[in-house]
Amino acid sequence: MGFTDEDRVRARAIIDRYPHAKSAMLPLLLLAQDRDGWVTPEAMEEIAVWLGTTPALVLGTCSFYTMLKREPVGDLVVSVCTNIACLVNRGPELLDGLRSRYEGDTAIMVEEVECIAACDRAPAIQINYEYYGPVDTTAAVDIIEQYRSGALQARTISGSSRGAK
Amino acid sequence: MSSVPISQWPSEYKYSAPVAGDTEMVNVTIDGVEVQAPRGELLIKVAQDYGTYIPRFCYHERMKPVGMCRMCLVEVEGMRGLQISCATPVVEGMVVTTQSPDVKEAQDGVLEFLLINHPLDCPVCDRGGECPLQDQTLAFGPGESRFVEEKRHFEKPIPISDLVLLDRERCIQCGRCTRFAAEVAGDPLIDFGGRGSSTEVITYPGAPFSSYFSGNVVQICPVGALTARSYRFKARPWDLSAVETSCQSCSVGCRGVLDSASNRLVRFLGVDSEPVNHGWLCDKGRYGYEWVHAKDRLNIPLVARGGGLVPESWPQALELATSVIRDVFDKHGAKAIGVLGGAQGTNEDAYAWARLAKGVIGTDNVDAQLGDGLPAEVVIGMERATIADLDSARAIVLLGPDLKEELPVLYLRVRRAAVDLGVPLVDIGASNTGLTPYAQAVLRHLPGDPEAVTEKLAAALAGQPTRPDELRPLLEAIDKRALIQKEGPVVVVLGRSSVAEAADATVRAAAILAQAGISAKFLSALPTANVHGALDLGLAPGFLPGRVTLAAGRDELAKTWARVPEEQGLGAAKILANAAGGEIKLLVLLNCDPIADFPDGQLAKDALKNVEHVISLNSFTNESMRHADVVFPITVWGEQRGSISNIEGRVARLGRKITPDGSTMEPWRIATELAARLGHEMDLESFTEVQDEIAQVAPAFVGVDSKLISWARDGAVLPVADHAAEITLALSSLDQNKRSAGVSWEPIPTSGEDTPGNGAVPPAVISPPRPAQALYSWAKQAPERTAALADSYSLRLVASRTLYGNDLITTQSPSLARLATVTAQLRVNERERDRLGVADGEVVRVISSRSSIELPLVVDPSVPERVALVAINRDAPGASDLVDINESVTDLRIETLSKPVIKES
Repeated sequence: MGFTDEDRVRARAIIDRYPHAKSAMLPLLLLAQDRDGWVTPEAMEEIAVWLGTTPALVLGTCSFYTMLKREPVGDLVVSVCTNIACLVNRGPELLDGLRSRYEGDTAIMVEEVECIAACDRAPAIQINYEYYGPVDTTAAVDIIEQYRSGALQARTISGSSRGAK
Repeated sequence: MSSVPISQWPSEYKYSAPVAGDTEMVNVTIDGVEVQAPRGELLIKVAQDYGTYIPRFCYHERMKPVGMCRMCLVEVEGMRGLQISCATPVVEGMVVTTQSPDVKEAQDGVLEFLLINHPLDCPVCDRGGECPLQDQTLAFGPGESRFVEEKRHFEKPIPISDLVLLDRERCIQCGRCTRFAAEVAGDPLIDFGGRGSSTEVITYPGAPFSSYFSGNVVQICPVGALTARSYRFKARPWDLSAVETSCQSCSVGCRGVLDSASNRLVRFLGVDSEPVNHGWLCDKGRYGYEWVHAKDRLNIPLVARGGGLVPESWPQALELATSVIRDVFDKHGAKAIGVLGGAQGTNEDAYAWARLAKGVIGTDNVDAQLGDGLPAEVVIGMERATIADLDSARAIVLLGPDLKEELPVLYLRVRRAAVDLGVPLVDIGASNTGLTPYAQAVLRHLPGDPEAVTEKLAAALAGQPTRPDELRPLLEAIDKRALIQKEGPVVVVLGRSSVAEAADATVRAAAILAQAGISAKFLSALPTANVHGALDLGLAPGFLPGRVTLAAGRDELAKTWARVPEEQGLGAAKILANAAGGEIKLLVLLNCDPIADFPDGQLAKDALKNVEHVISLNSFTNESMRHADVVFPITVWGEQRGSISNIEGRVARLGRKITPDGSTMEPWRIATELAARLGHEMDLESFTEVQDEIAQVAPAFVGVDSKLISWARDGAVLPVADHAAEITLALSSLDQNKRSAGVSWEPIPTSGEDTPGNGAVPPAVISPPRPAQALYSWAKQAPERTAALADSYSLRLVASRTLYGNDLITTQSPSLARLATVTAQLRVNERERDRLGVADGEVVRVISSRSSIELPLVVDPSVPERVALVAINRDAPGASDLVDINESVTDLRIETLSKPVIKES
């Protein structure tokens, strides 16, 4: 897909917000991720041109953040916490259950994360950074499938509310 | 003394040495000793200057502090917790403890932490034995580790460029390499990727760290994470022997240390010389030592016999050369002899050959520049700037070649002045250069036509009230800078941006600036290694050694020399023309190859075809020596002691590190041998005797004798006509303090015959005498333009060098050879390409008034319209086929091979 001319106009406006163009790197990476579902090499190269820097510096920044995905992850990122509170509340079993349920499904990526500050709801998950918990595998699958069917409206892959960019 | 409350600390922290105007000194107590330091200087630097070494990994004096490694923690009275001394500026009354139990505990912790992931493969690591991590672990570390788990493992080594390899396991994430790339070189092609324990140095896929300065990161890496392909596994540091010397790959004269093992050069490292290179080297200088060991080096004299060149003994070859010289002299007189070249050798070579040519034979047809420089009277007589003057300039004007391609470390110094110190920069030229992005004013002109824009600039700098739009950002920058830098010269970096146009236009532009009343000073950008030494020592028509003309220096020199030529001789172009025409019967080629190097290749070919005799001194065979009577093999850089003069006229020492193979001879000794056979003993037995004779007879070199040259590690800048005639001396660029505590990543020359001063202790101050006679001063005049430039051309040629071409250093050094571009291309921008209607890479016919050749056309967006770029250091066919030395510019017509293109005008 790549950036559209409309995106480029928006990018210009984002860059203009900052005294130094390079400060706009993270918002632009999020823009790219929301556009394509992941940060493509083409996007990193174009951002480097916009910011007057090199793709190496864009990649350096991009690779620092696990929320910036540098390969396709589908439509939904399901983050399962296995840190201490979730660990003792069967978080690992939840992770295994979701992983086996969605293995080979290109639309949904299940990932393990460290503490997401939802210990009161352990075991907790995020679906495109929307919190759910406590859930077991059946409940989690049910919510995911609601997103898939369109019954629930998901945030973007970067966690923004739709249309709020 | 009480400590100062934090509320009274300066609000702005400085990271570099204080700039002029801020020299307020403060009292600081370090480990109980009270010292004085400039306010705002970094604590780590102040401590070091006074002999207290605070351990560090990420801090580097030539870069901004980042505080990444936490190794330099110290206690500062009144501040909570330990402070990183690399980012703490000193203020009045500061009390510092660098060796308390708390500091020791912190150092133990930092080192244990760094060593958790650092492999202990020191026995097979290039850095082992001279490794800051090794040394500081021994000096400051805990001595043992509690870490028993498996360490990280990565695939290794990963090439991050053609020259530099990365071993990620060894990296301690100090950020020296990434900061160097971004801050110093301006090529941010490496960065940290990932996070936490998986942080690693990365390049972007398909975009390697192909900076001209990539080798510096190997030198500044405090561990063995970055290694050089050329040095990897070649030697252990304790087996190396080292000598301090100057680089001769271009004319900046960077100071460095040359290492050898078993009589082979294995490494060249930069030395931090404040006035010259700040410790940096370009990759060509750093890895170019390899060519010394090229298989094809000449190592026996050759003489013409039976239609070819055959080996001969030195005595026989010298006899033959002598008889050739005598024969031509007797039959046709001294004027039938021309001497070309000498810009690649040492000052001693240049002087001895000037004395042989002018003082023994009596010809003034001598020229070190092969039509690629500027008139000798300009270079010798212009008011000179030093490299350090860039830092305090009111503005810098670039009127010459692309410094990044031709004088890379000068590019770093100009870039630093512009970016870090805020010196306003003006770029005058026909096409973009590496410094164009940093310029406040970019004044583009058609090739060969810089006068109009220069006049406009000169008027604006001189204070003309109206401000042209294109100069407004520049003038505003100058106004802003005037707040901290009121005085200061306008430094003009002056050179030849293209050999496809006559030098006259550049000289006219220089004269405009010199006469504008803006206190312009000139820094030469002629790139050939020792061209400035050669000119200063008389290898130019009309001049004698020491920056005096034939007329001015004759009487004094006649006391030492047998004779001095009566009238001014010819420059390279006329020497070659007269050789082609038959008036000159003998050409002596001093380590030069006119067919490859002279801009007008056809003239050079005609000259060498028609001339009766050729004597050539060289280290390789070349086309120009094909019809030579005698070829003498010569010693080269690394094999020969002596001195060179850099772009500033700084005379600096050359060290010898290896004994040459075979039977080569120093060029100056060949001159004395020939002179003796011609009946004139020069009485010069060693290079120091040559240096002492130069100091005695060459007015500009007065006081610069062998002793001073060996003592002055940063070299001595020659006095300059009509301004302060002091020789500036820096006796030591290697501060002993930096090497305390066994921390040795600054290269250290070992003792030996090349030790500075040969063991003698220099005096604290040297006040050399002033020249007894006035040195030559440029009249700031230039020849008038003879004819208007034609307007109805299709493209005008710009012919300039790139760093890696078909030159010997690049092609004969295995590390660099892979970077060499040897085929010429015609570079134009997209619009010109479309106008011609050809595809990118398509071969086209390029027609000049001289000849017609076929070249591939390549699109280069940095080339302006109506301009075509062809690099000159390429194999034929190329730029030298197109240039006519008698034309003021080189206009081109392009035809496609299938159909002629209709010319637009």
